[in-house]
Amino acid sequence: MLTLKSVQAGYGRLVVLKGVSLHVRAGEVVTLIGGNGAGKSTLLKAVCGLVPVRRGAVEFAGEDLTRLPAERIVSLGLALVPEGRRVFSSLSVAANLELGAFHRRDRQQVRRDLEELMGRFPILRERASQPAGTLSGGEQQILAIARALMSRPRLLMLDEPSMGLAPKMLAQVYDILAELKRSGTTLLLVEQNARAALKLADRGYVLETGRIILQGTAAELQEDPEVQRAYLGKGYREVWE
Amino acid sequence: MVNRPACLPARETDTQPGRLGFPMFVQQLINGLTTGSAYALIALGYTMIYGILGLINFAQGELYMCGAFVAVLLLATGQVGLVGAFLAGMLAAALLGVALERVAFRPLRGSHPLVPLLSAIGASIFLQSLALLLFGPSDRPFPVQLEFRTVEVAGLPVSSLQGLILLTALGFMALLLVFVRYTRYGKAIIACALDRDTARLMGINVDRMVALTFLVGSALSGAAGILMAMYYNATYPRMGLLPGLKAFSAAILGGVGNIPGAIVGGLLLGVAESLGAAYLSSGYKDAVAFVILILVLLLRPQGILRGKGH
Repeated sequence: MLTLKSVQAGYGRLVVLKGVSLHVRAGEVVTLIGGNGAGKSTLLKAVCGLVPVRRGAVEFAGEDLTRLPAERIVSLGLALVPEGRRVFSSLSVAANLELGAFHRRDRQQVRRDLEELMGRFPILRERASQPAGTLSGGEQQILAIARALMSRPRLLMLDEPSMGLAPKMLAQVYDILAELKRSGTTLLLVEQNARAALKLADRGYVLETGRIILQGTAAELQEDPEVQRAYLGKGYREVWE
Repeated sequence: MVNRPACLPARETDTQPGRLGFPMFVQQLINGLTTGSAYALIALGYTMIYGILGLINFAQGELYMCGAFVAVLLLATGQVGLVGAFLAGMLAAALLGVALERVAFRPLRGSHPLVPLLSAIGASIFLQSLALLLFGPSDRPFPVQLEFRTVEVAGLPVSSLQGLILLTALGFMALLLVFVRYTRYGKAIIACALDRDTARLMGINVDRMVALTFLVGSALSGAAGILMAMYYNATYPRMGLLPGLKAFSAAILGGVGNIPGAIVGGLLLGVAESLGAAYLSSGYKDAVAFVILILVLLLRPQGILRGKGH
């Protein structure tokens, strides 16, 4: 469904992605893990058109996204829940959700989707007329996910949905993702919280300083000693002693 | 500078300040609200454009002038009615604003913030000179004799021209607020002002929203120009200079980027100016706005209402 072929991207003179290839098949949940500055967010932004792809190609459902501007990509069925949630803080919760469907022309179906999402996430209905900035971090994360779902994506990409969340909220957000997985939504999940991500995912990639250094099924990655040491916090004793 | 209200019951300089008590005060209040409503309309253009692009469009006053000239020239032909000329003037200002964004601002996006500022000042000088070349330096009276009476409202004399101007201006402000708060495109403009990248992720074309902002903001400035051409009975190439600068002060006073703030700032500034002229000296009229600007910048640079409110 989504294919990246040796993608290079960066900002100004800085090259962040140094040739990344990966793919996501329809119905799969794929996670991309890596530390700070590995290039995870840049990769998602390059796919969405927010950061230009310098070399290589991005293909989605048979379309070449490489030169397409960000505002055109969402209508192809690709949505991003950005890092740090980025809800429109002074706009109401309802307006945030409506903007998620900005490109859609089927107004009545949009209204029905809005109703359905508010039914699924009652907190959003409760706060519908409140400015989004007054929501708690976890509620904002739910809003950001719901806003992305309003575009009816075939592939939903999430950039660190666990960032800054209390454990209880984290569990709730991952419950939502698990539900999306069950309903057959394709997910590309970028995380620093490898434990949570690998539990949900089918497959995973490990990104380090702009290169994929490891890939495999979620189970394989969970067993990998390097992943365990660097991302799951296991086996420190062996390293230090 | 020509400042001569067409049909006020009493010009502010005709009476000894402070001698007429309460009616005088109310009259000055209404005078202030009338000019203030024009400042507010222009300030809305400043603040909306600042909100979405982070730049001050110093050519806003020239859009005001453009609206006035187009309406006055059309009316002078005798072929067009007042409403038609009014709408045509607004449309002309709106299109000029969009063209300005294309030519003077869009190519400079991403450059140092001072560059578009200089470009705006350049555009302002260019448009003033162009108007001077096309229409000459002398002022033109408003071509339609407006039949206006002074009506008594609660025992106080109010000019029906002032009433008309005030109501029209307030109507446009209400329309703008409805547009921004309740329509798809209005919300999209706010989204772009708040977070451009995330707006793009929603499928919002930022360039189009910027153009729409210029369209709407410029139309409002054009409307202000026509209303003031009626009020002062004068249209001339440099007419936008002072109102433009005062509306800029009004936008800062209200909190630049804040839409209700521009309305509040404009009306407050108009009233302050009018009361200052009446009770201090009419010679200080123009100074009041800039004293306020300096005080706001010193004491509360974020303005009365802070943030990108709407």
